[in-house]
Amino acid sequence: MYLDEDRQRASRPGETPIIICRDVHKWFGHFEALRGISMEVQKGEVIVIFGPSGSGKSTFIRTLNRLEEHQKGDIIIDGIELTHDVRNIEKVRMETGMVFQQFNLFPHLTVLQNITLAPIRVRKWPREKAEEIARQLLVRVGIPEQADKFPSQLSGGQQQRVAIARALAMQPKIMLFDEPTSALDPEMIKEVLDVMIELARSGMTMLVVTHEMGFARAVADRMYFFDEGLIVESGTPQEIFQSPREDRTKLFLSQILTH
Amino acid sequence: MLPPPAERLTILGWAYKNLFRTWYDSLLTLLSIGLIYLLIRPFLTWLFITARWEVIQVNLRLLMVGQYPLAEVWRIWLCLEVQATLIGFSWGIWLRGRRLLGVALLLVPVGFAFWPGLNPGARLNLFVLSVAGLAAFWFGRLGGAKLRRTAVIAWVLYFPFVILVVRGLTPRSGFFPVVPANLWGGLLLTFLLTVVGISFSFPLGVLLALGRRSRLPAVRWVSITYIEVVRGVPLVTILYMASTMVPLFLPGGENIHNVIRAMVGITLFSAAYLAENVRGGLQAIPQGQYEAAYALGLGGFQTMAYIILPQALRLVIPVLMGLFIALFKDTSLVATIGLLELLGISRSILAQPTFIGYQREVYLFISLIYWVFSYFMSYVSQRMEIALGVGSR
Repeated sequence: MYLDEDRQRASRPGETPIIICRDVHKWFGHFEALRGISMEVQKGEVIVIFGPSGSGKSTFIRTLNRLEEHQKGDIIIDGIELTHDVRNIEKVRMETGMVFQQFNLFPHLTVLQNITLAPIRVRKWPREKAEEIARQLLVRVGIPEQADKFPSQLSGGQQQRVAIARALAMQPKIMLFDEPTSALDPEMIKEVLDVMIELARSGMTMLVVTHEMGFARAVADRMYFFDEGLIVESGTPQEIFQSPREDRTKLFLSQILTH
Repeated sequence: MLPPPAERLTILGWAYKNLFRTWYDSLLTLLSIGLIYLLIRPFLTWLFITARWEVIQVNLRLLMVGQYPLAEVWRIWLCLEVQATLIGFSWGIWLRGRRLLGVALLLVPVGFAFWPGLNPGARLNLFVLSVAGLAAFWFGRLGGAKLRRTAVIAWVLYFPFVILVVRGLTPRSGFFPVVPANLWGGLLLTFLLTVVGISFSFPLGVLLALGRRSRLPAVRWVSITYIEVVRGVPLVTILYMASTMVPLFLPGGENIHNVIRAMVGITLFSAAYLAENVRGGLQAIPQGQYEAAYALGLGGFQTMAYIILPQALRLVIPVLMGLFIALFKDTSLVATIGLLELLGISRSILAQPTFIGYQREVYLFISLIYWVFSYFMSYVSQRMEIALGVGSR
């Protein structure tokens, strides 16, 4: 599928990582969803996180913008530590964009309003500037003609591309993708992945929870396999696909790659 | 695929198909017609022949504005003219397709201008009403969607404007003298109670709904207690309490006129119901909407104001309109604490020796008034649902 590999962005040692997680734990009641996750991500890296359902991968990227609160360990995003301090949380949220499995577009607003709302209300940009940037982003995701429609008038793939444009409008330094193609019909997956690949090649720092292994092969710098709240194995796509070390990784890959 | 061919039926064909196809169909049809005739005939005879409508004619001003001083009635007309302008304007903007109905509606005042026994001033004012409404309708149609914001702001400003104009500003001798609340009556008072009730209970109800879902226990428990206490008490008892118990709580409260107390009572009462309806709307908004807003960096207040409330309120428009219609009709309960709104003034008219025995005419007339305005509100609600796409997006 996406075989042209250009991975000049491999992590540069010496720079401070843009994301630092140390021994992150998260409980839902008595259930321990994250059991000590540590990860460092350099600026410009593309990380793919995969694993069986219930492995904690979604929970993990949701802790990175505090949609879930972690109870133990440290998370430092672009030099800002995530604590109970609301100002820190808001700063981190301004620097990270998120794309959801279910799109979560605002159904009462047009596509253009969906994209411009946060820049106008949070970044306090003038409407003209916000709309100009929104239109540029719609060109970038390939649907400039849909600006004045409502989300319900678009296909799933178009909605997800609007959601990507909406997150990008805040000009985030990091983009989080939580299973962005899992709710899409098969024929719409490619149009969303193409946008994500273009974004990865433009140098955006991305954390992507996905089972789209073609996407991982094409643009991922590193891959993490999650199971039962732990990182079982990590490595470059080459290492993971050609010589996985752990049996659980082998089993999981054989299950999702055989058909 | 083509639709199935439409059946074209003449009236006679329809009647044959639906009413006289078999012998027992025919029998039932004839029996029903006979029964309807027997039931309706006495009513029609009464309506057009026996009924003595002069009671309405003589007391029309009382029924409309109560004892509002004659010299100041122009202020009521002013409010009505502004209202007609607003209705015409809004109709032109939102319901431009419904031109015929709009024009017909705006011509209703002209129709009333030919009501026998009106004074020339009233006739003139009724003409002005229609002309103002039609002019605004035309203007709104020209402007279209651009003017929506203007129209909404105008409506919001209209309500305080009405209160100010009806009540007056300067002491009794001035140009714009205060008309004390005890002189407000009739349909005017019914409207004022409704308008005040709606415009104050709406924000209060929304706040209570948000309070009930608040994470702060104190706020949540105050809201829950308020809502559950008020919903457990009939409106009549709240009105009685407002009229008799206020001085116990508020030293000097006996100076607050009953009209104001009734307004407070109605507002507090309907705010509790409104809060529960709004809460229903809030609960229907999926968690993903909050998450998307937070992920974009919107704060809690901004998320509520721009994302959650607009969607929640749009969902509950039908219920809220139902509530407002109920509030409009429930204002008649203030007659029980001696206020002279539409029902109260009717009862006091019927108590005059001249008009004893005119109950049927008077009550039918005010029922008709209640029905016309309730139906209008209901129609506006349906149009709003369609315009805002409730249930379709």
